[in-house]
Amino acid sequence: MSAPDSAIRQTLANANLQLAIYSNTGRLKNHRSKAVAPDRFPEYQDLRTRAAAIKRHTLAFLDVYLLQLEHAVNDNGGKVIWASTGEEAADFIIQLAKDREANLIVKSKSMTTEEIHLNDRLAQHELETVETDLGEYILQLAGQRPFHILAPAIHMTRHDVAKVFNEKLGIEHDTVIENQAMTARRVLREKFLNAGIGITGANFLLADSGGVVIVENEGNARLTLSAPKIHVTVAGLEKLIPRARDLPVFLDLLGRSATGQPLTSYTSIVSGPRRNGELDGPEEFYVILLDAGRTKLLADPEMRESLQCIRCGACLNACPVYRKIGGHNYPWVYSGPIGKVITPQFQGVEKDPWLPFASSLCGACAEVCPVKIDIPGLLLKLRKEIVQANPEDRRYFRIWAWLMQRPGMYALAAKIGRALMGFNIGPLAAWRSERDLPAAPPKSFRDLWKQRKK
Amino acid sequence: MDSREAILERVRNALGRKLGQKPLPPPEPLLRVRYETADAKLTLFRAQLNGTLTVVPDAAAAGNAVEKLLDGQSAVASDHPFLQACGIPNIPGVTANPEDLRNTCATAGVGITSAYCLLAETGTIVLRACPQEPRLLSLLPPVHIAVVPLDRLLTNLDEMLSMTPRPVDSDSSAMVLITGPSRTGDIEQILVRGVHGPGAVHVVIVLGKTPPL
Amino acid sequence: MPRRAAIFVTCIVDQLFPNAGMAMVDVLERLGFEVEFRDAQTCCAQPAFNSGYQKEARAVARHFIDTFADAETIVVPSGSCTAMITHHYTDLFARDGQALERIRALTPKVFEFSQFLLGLPNLDALAARFPHKVTYHDSCHALRELGLKDAPRRLLGQVKDLELIEMEAAEECCGFGGTFSVKFAQISGAMARTKVDSILETGATHVVSLDSSCLMQLRGSLSRGGHKIETLHLAEVLASRG
Repeated sequence: MSAPDSAIRQTLANANLQLAIYSNTGRLKNHRSKAVAPDRFPEYQDLRTRAAAIKRHTLAFLDVYLLQLEHAVNDNGGKVIWASTGEEAADFIIQLAKDREANLIVKSKSMTTEEIHLNDRLAQHELETVETDLGEYILQLAGQRPFHILAPAIHMTRHDVAKVFNEKLGIEHDTVIENQAMTARRVLREKFLNAGIGITGANFLLADSGGVVIVENEGNARLTLSAPKIHVTVAGLEKLIPRARDLPVFLDLLGRSATGQPLTSYTSIVSGPRRNGELDGPEEFYVILLDAGRTKLLADPEMRESLQCIRCGACLNACPVYRKIGGHNYPWVYSGPIGKVITPQFQGVEKDPWLPFASSLCGACAEVCPVKIDIPGLLLKLRKEIVQANPEDRRYFRIWAWLMQRPGMYALAAKIGRALMGFNIGPLAAWRSERDLPAAPPKSFRDLWKQRKK
Repeated sequence: MDSREAILERVRNALGRKLGQKPLPPPEPLLRVRYETADAKLTLFRAQLNGTLTVVPDAAAAGNAVEKLLDGQSAVASDHPFLQACGIPNIPGVTANPEDLRNTCATAGVGITSAYCLLAETGTIVLRACPQEPRLLSLLPPVHIAVVPLDRLLTNLDEMLSMTPRPVDSDSSAMVLITGPSRTGDIEQILVRGVHGPGAVHVVIVLGKTPPL
Repeated sequence: MPRRAAIFVTCIVDQLFPNAGMAMVDVLERLGFEVEFRDAQTCCAQPAFNSGYQKEARAVARHFIDTFADAETIVVPSGSCTAMITHHYTDLFARDGQALERIRALTPKVFEFSQFLLGLPNLDALAARFPHKVTYHDSCHALRELGLKDAPRRLLGQVKDLELIEMEAAEECCGFGGTFSVKFAQISGAMARTKVDSILETGATHVVSLDSSCLMQLRGSLSRGGHKIETLHLAEVLASRG
C-alpha cells in the first residue's frame, strides 16, 4: 500500500482545514509549553524520567500486575474479563446487554473501543450505542472517525456542527457554540439516565487497588460510569501502573502535556459496584483487559516502549507532519507520531510501509513525550525492518556506499550529478514540484580548496 | 485454553518470565508532600479554585452562606453529618437525602455535598462515594456547592494519597477529584462550561473544630 | 588549545554550498587555527541510516572513522551530520565492540561549528559585521540532539550591526528530512511554506541556520514564492566584514 497521495493533496489544498489543524494544535502546543516551563513546573524533566521508569517496570512484570489487578477488582465485587481479541471484548458486551435486556448503551471517549470497532459490532446486534463525549458525539452523528486522539472534532467548525445537528437531530440550524453544547447536554442527559450499560475506557489501571482511573473535562465519563446499572471498562493491558500512589506523577504529566491543565475537571477512580449502603453507582462492574496485539509489541524488547504511551496527544500537537495532514490521513485510529509507530506493529509493517517514512525525524515528538518514548528511534527501527523485507532502494544505496568509500569516485560522480541538476528527472522533479532547486555551483568545496592551496 | 490463561502465557513468554516468578520491586513512589499552614493553604486554594470560595467562622455561618449562594433556588443535599451540623437540610428549598435520589438530582438546580477533602494546590474538591455522599448529587444538578471543614483542606494529591493509599476499597466504590466546573473545547476550541457536569462550583470552608475523617 | 582543526565539510556543503565551507575556513583561520582538509572525506552516512539501509551506512561510516580517527579536532558545518556521528554511530555499530571503541575515542573530538566556536576565548577577533535584519532557523538535530539553542544566537549577537528578529515558528521543522523531502514532497513543501510565512512576518531580509540542507529547503520555497530573502549559513555571517 502506498501513501494516500491524493487524499493528502486534498487535505493540504483545503485552506480552512489547514487553518483549523494548525491553529488548534498550535494552541494546545502553546498551552503545554507554558504549563511545563521550568519556572512554572521545575519538576517536569524529573517526572518524565520517573514516569518512563514506572511504565517500563510495569511492562517488564506485567503478568504480576495483571493478576494483582484482577485480585483487587474481585475483592471490590467486580469482575475482570480477559479478551484476546476485539471480537471477544465485543462479544462479551453483546451477550451482557442481551442477558440484561440493556438495549441502550452510553459510552465515554475511548480510543481502545475505536480500535476494536466496538460501536459497529454493537450496532449489528441492534444495540443503540451513544457516544457522550461532545466531540465523539458529533462525529458519531456525522459518521466520521476521530481526527485527533484528544480533540476528535478538532477539524470541524461551528457551521459543520450546526449542519450535523440540523440533519441528524432535526433541530434548527444554530451556530452558537454554547447552544450546540447545551443541545448535546440535553439530548445526552436522557440517554445517561436511561441507559442499561455505561462503557468507558481507562487512562490508568491501578494494580494495587483495582482502580480504573478516568480523566476528563466534561463529566460525561462520570455519568457513564455512575448512572447506568452496569459499568464496563475496556482497557488495553498496557494501562496498568502498580499503585494508586504512582498516580500523582502521571496526573501531573497527563493534563499538562495534553491541554496545559495541571488537573482536568474530573479525575475518577472507581472499582467495583456500589458498596453496601451506597445510594447510587453501578450494580455490576466489569473490567475487560484487552490484548488485541499488545502481547506482540510486548515481546519485542526494542519496540516495547511504545506501550508506555499514556495517550496525551502532545506528540500530535508537536508534529509538523500531523499539523499538515491531520488525523484522517493516517490509516488507523491512532494518528500522529505514536500512530506511526504502533500502527505497523499492530497491523504488520507490510500493510502501510510508507507510514514510518512519512517523517522528517525532527524529534519534536520525543521532546514532548511525557513518558520519554523515543519515537524517532522507533521509526528508524521500523524503517530498517521494512527495507529488509522490501529493499526497493537497495541498489541505489549500494552504489552510493561504493562511491562514498572512494573519494575520487565520489568527487567524479558528484561532478556529473551537479551537471545534471538542471534536468527534471526522478527526485529532482519531485523536489521541483514544490520548490526551486539552486543552480549547481561551478566548483565544489574540494575544487575551491585545491585552488586556494596553490 | 481460555483467554485468561492464553493472555497470561503470551505475556510471560513475551517477557521471558516463568509462572510464579517474583518481580523486582517497583521504583519508590514519589509523593511530594508539602506541609503548609492553614492560612497558606487557604490562600492557595482561593487562588486555584475555579469557582467561588466563602470562608466562614462556624457551622451556623456556613448555613447562612449556603442560603445566600442558593438565592432562592431549589437544592438537593446529601445526608452527610457535616451538612447536618451546618443546618443545611433546614434551609428553605433544600431537600436532604431524598427518597427518589435520581429524579431529585436530575431536576434540582443545585447539589450540596460535603467533601472527603480539598486540595489547595489545584483547587480540587475530593469526593469519596459512601452511603452519606451519593455520586449523582455533585454531578446532575447544574450547580455544585461543597461545604467543608478547614481541617479537610490538604495541600495536594500526594498528601492525600500518603494518608489514603487506597482511594477505593471495601468502604468506597468511587473517588472523584473535581477541579473546576464541567467544560469542553471540542468545538473550535471555544470553552463552554457545564456540558454534562455542573457549570458552577462553590466551596464553603468552615473554620473551627470538626469530627475526624 | 588545539591549533589544528580538521574540517568535515559534509557532502552537501562540498557539492552544493561550497561558500559555506570556505566561510567556515575563513572564520577558523581568523581565530588562529590551521585548517586541515582531508581529501579522503565523503559522507557521514546519514542518508542510508535514515532510510533503513544499515549495512550500507556502516560501510560509509567506517570510511569516515578511518579518515578522521587520528585528527585532533573535527569541525562540522552541520547539526545533522554532527548528530549522526556523535549520537547515532553507536546505534549503527551496536554489536561491533571494536568499532564502538573507535567511535567512543572519536566522538568527543567532533564539534558542530557553532558548538566549537562558543568554546573559544578569542571570539572578538572575528570582528564580523553584517548590517541586516536576520532571522534564525533552529535546525532540528542541532536543536534537539545537540542542544544548540543559545549558542548560534549568542554568536549572531556578537556580529556588528546585525538585527536578530525571532520568528514565531523558529523551532518547527523546515520539512527537509533527507529523502522525506522528495518521497513526501507535498508535505515537505507545505511545511516549508509554513516556515516561509513565519519568516515573512519578521520582516527579515536574511535567514540563517546551522544546516545547509535546511537552507536549501527554505531558499527553494522562498524563491518559488517569489520572495527576495537570502539564506546563509552561520559561518557566512561570521565571516562577513560588512
